[in-house]
This record gives sequence, C-alpha cells and structure tokens, in this order.
Amino acid sequence: MKWRTIFSSKTMGDDEVKVFGMWASPYSRRVELALKLKGIPYEYIEEDLSNKSALLIKHNPVHQKIPVLVHNGKSIPESLVILEYIDETWRNNPILLSQDPYDRAMARFWAKFIDEKILSTTRKVSFTTGKEQEHAIEEVTEQLKLLENEVKGKAYFGGEGIGYVDIVANFLVFWFGNLQEALGINIFSQHKFPFIFEWIQNQLKIDMVDECRIPKDKHLTYIQTKLAAFKSASK
Amino acid sequence: MAGELVLLDFWPSPFGMRSRIALAEKGIPYEYREEDLRNKSDLLLQMNPVHKKIPVLIHNGKPVCESVIQVQYIDEVWHDKAPLIPSDPYQRAVARFWVDFIDKKIYELGSKIWKTKGEEQANAKKEFIECLKLLEGELGDKTYFGGESLGYVDVALVPFYSWFYAYEKCGDFSIEAECPKMIAWVKRCMQKESVAKSLPDQEKVYEFILQLKKVFGIE
Repeated sequence: MKWRTIFSSKTMGDDEVKVFGMWASPYSRRVELALKLKGIPYEYIEEDLSNKSALLIKHNPVHQKIPVLVHNGKSIPESLVILEYIDETWRNNPILLSQDPYDRAMARFWAKFIDEKILSTTRKVSFTTGKEQEHAIEEVTEQLKLLENEVKGKAYFGGEGIGYVDIVANFLVFWFGNLQEALGINIFSQHKFPFIFEWIQNQLKIDMVDECRIPKDKHLTYIQTKLAAFKSASK
Repeated sequence: MAGELVLLDFWPSPFGMRSRIALAEKGIPYEYREEDLRNKSDLLLQMNPVHKKIPVLIHNGKPVCESVIQVQYIDEVWHDKAPLIPSDPYQRAVARFWVDFIDKKIYELGSKIWKTKGEEQANAKKEFIECLKLLEGELGDKTYFGGESLGYVDVALVPFYSWFYAYEKCGDFSIEAECPKMIAWVKRCMQKESVAKSLPDQEKVYEFILQLKKVFGIE
C-alpha cells in the first residue's frame, strides 16, 4: 500500500479526507479531480486491485471497490455518489452541480449515460474480439454521437465553468485516447467528434485537470499487460 | 410550481412505480399515460430519444428521464412536502449508495429468477436473497429506510415487492421465509396509501410474467 500526502501543509478546518484509489481508474481520477478543483487537501492511498487492503474492504464492504472517499472516518463509495457529496459538503467554487432542479436532472442524466453506456461499452471493446468487438465499437460510436449532439457548442457542459458532467467525462481526456492507442483502434478523433474534441481541449486548459493526467507510457504498458492476461485466459 | 405534469409509464414497471409513489407522497396531481411498449408513442420517442424507455416525467413540456433522477427532481421541486431525501450530505450519500445498489442488483437478479432455470436460476436466487439481507442490515430497527417516514431508498425498493410473488412462483422459494424483516418493512410501506395505490396486484404481475415467458419462449 503506497501513501501519498497532498497539500500536507494546507488545512481546511479539521477535515481529514482520504481517497482509496487506483492510478489507472477513470472513476478514481474523477474523485481526485473534484477534490483538487475545490482545493481540498486529501491523503491518497493507492490500492493494488489484485490484493485489496483490509482497510478498503472495511470502508466498502458491499462492493470492495475503489474509489472510496473517507471523510472524518465516514466512508463514501461509488464515484458519482462521492462527487455529489464533495459538492454538497464543500460549498466553495467551483460549484459542480447547478441549484436548478431541471439542470441538475439533466446533469445527472448525462453522467449516468456516460457511465452506464459509454464507459461500460468501452470496457466491452477492450475485452472482446472479432464480431463482438466490432459490434461494441459500433455501439460506443453511436453513444458518442449522442453525447456530441448534447455537447454541441458548449465550452463546459453546465455553463461557464467546469462542473459535474465535465468531471465525469474526464476519462475522455486521457484514459480513452490511451486505450484506443493500446487497442490499435480509432473510435474517437477530432474529425469524427469535433464538439467533444473541443470540450476536451477546454478541460486541458485547467491545471488541475493536467495534474490528474494518467501517465501515458505506464498506462499503455498496463493496458497491454491486462489484454495479454485476458487473451491467455480466454484460450 | 405545479404546472403541467405527465408521467409516461407502463403499469408493471417498478421504475414507473417509484415516480408514482413520490408524486403521491407529495400529493401532486399529474396525468398518467399508459404506454404500449410494443408500439411506443411519438411523444415517448420525442421525450426520451436517447433510451426510448419509460418512465418519462414531463413537467411543463420538459422531460426528465430515469426513475432515480425523477424522484430526486420531484423531491427538489416540491421540497416543502414530504421530503424523501435527507438534507445532511452524508445521509444523502448513504441513501444514494443504497439506491445505486438496488439499481445494480435487484432488477437484474429478479429477471434472472423468472427467465432462467437450473444452476443459473439457483445462483440468481442465492444472490437475490443475499442482497435483500444486506438491505435488511441497512434498515436495522428503523421503521423505514428513511427513518420515521418514507425516504428515497424506500421509494426505490418497495416497487419490487409487486414482483415478489412472480419471483417466488418462478423460483419456487419464499422470500418471507428468508427475509422476514424485509417483508415486515414492505407491509408497513403498503399501509401507506401512496404505496398501496402505486403498486399493481402481485397476481396480475405474475400473469404478465407468464405471458412474457410465452412470448420469449421460456418455459
């Protein structure tokens, strides 16, 4: 278990914030991004997913997954739940979700769509081959088209600044591109999805987004190792 | 604030039932429109072009899709009546976590119970009961998941009760025998008019499942 303390000299009241995460996980990175954007100091605990720590299991007994946010001893699992908790607990800028109920409903809808459709189908693309993979690629392309249509012309999803949906979609900024390269496929490009591409460029302008960059070479090696393991297991 | 409210729904849908309960709890009048899922209306396709699914809540012409999002929307717009979601951020996170758990597990496992047989069905039954037991643990000694009044988790979970008889008949097991606390909680919920009027009769749901099995060629 590796420990990394961020902003150790900075305090925000008597808050103790910990994140159990994994460096290559888009779910984990989005939690870190939200905390960094709000300037909340936290302690990061890197989990080895092949050998989960007793502490992780204690803080998330139901799913035993990362990420988990632990705030003054209270455990909050599930990244979308964590993001709303962060926004509701620390009310400083950036405010991630609008106060308007309809705008909130729209943000939650698209966050759910991104996670339950795009991210989920992308995983299918990684772990299938042949016709099944072709079908998954078609599926995720259609899903990205729906997102493209929704993003159209917007600098950030919710308005003037970075918010909830932008953070949820952060996996498009680093993770997705690395995955495409490792798989040797071309689902997403500036040409195919100009609005999503521009949206990503806006996010990249933010320092905190860059601080949550998944290191490319390390990630490519990691993906290739997982793919090799998957291929040998399915023989 | 009330405006025009329409719910596009399908009578046996546990997801639709969630919104029905939330609206009834708050005493909000709305128009219920039954959809024929084999022949979806233009309105449904226009209001939910992404998923083309019910339920869809249309408020002053604007659609809100996905039942958990609808319940939160209803609670936020009509926040002064019968609040469903706690105000404390941590309690809210706990409630959202369990609703997410219910969404990930209960419907899928329940579907496997009536759609499959043999080992697959046995595994689904086992996991289904384990999930209900976890939920019983979360309920503890409380009257409802929401405490002394119906809350977000109660609204998200209780609709599945209308499918319990179908699961039991198809899976040949008794949910009450395995999870008596769960059924005791259900009975408390069913004493509330908002719940009792929003859930269809269990036998009707079972007949519907039998018809579906014929259509899908499942024995």
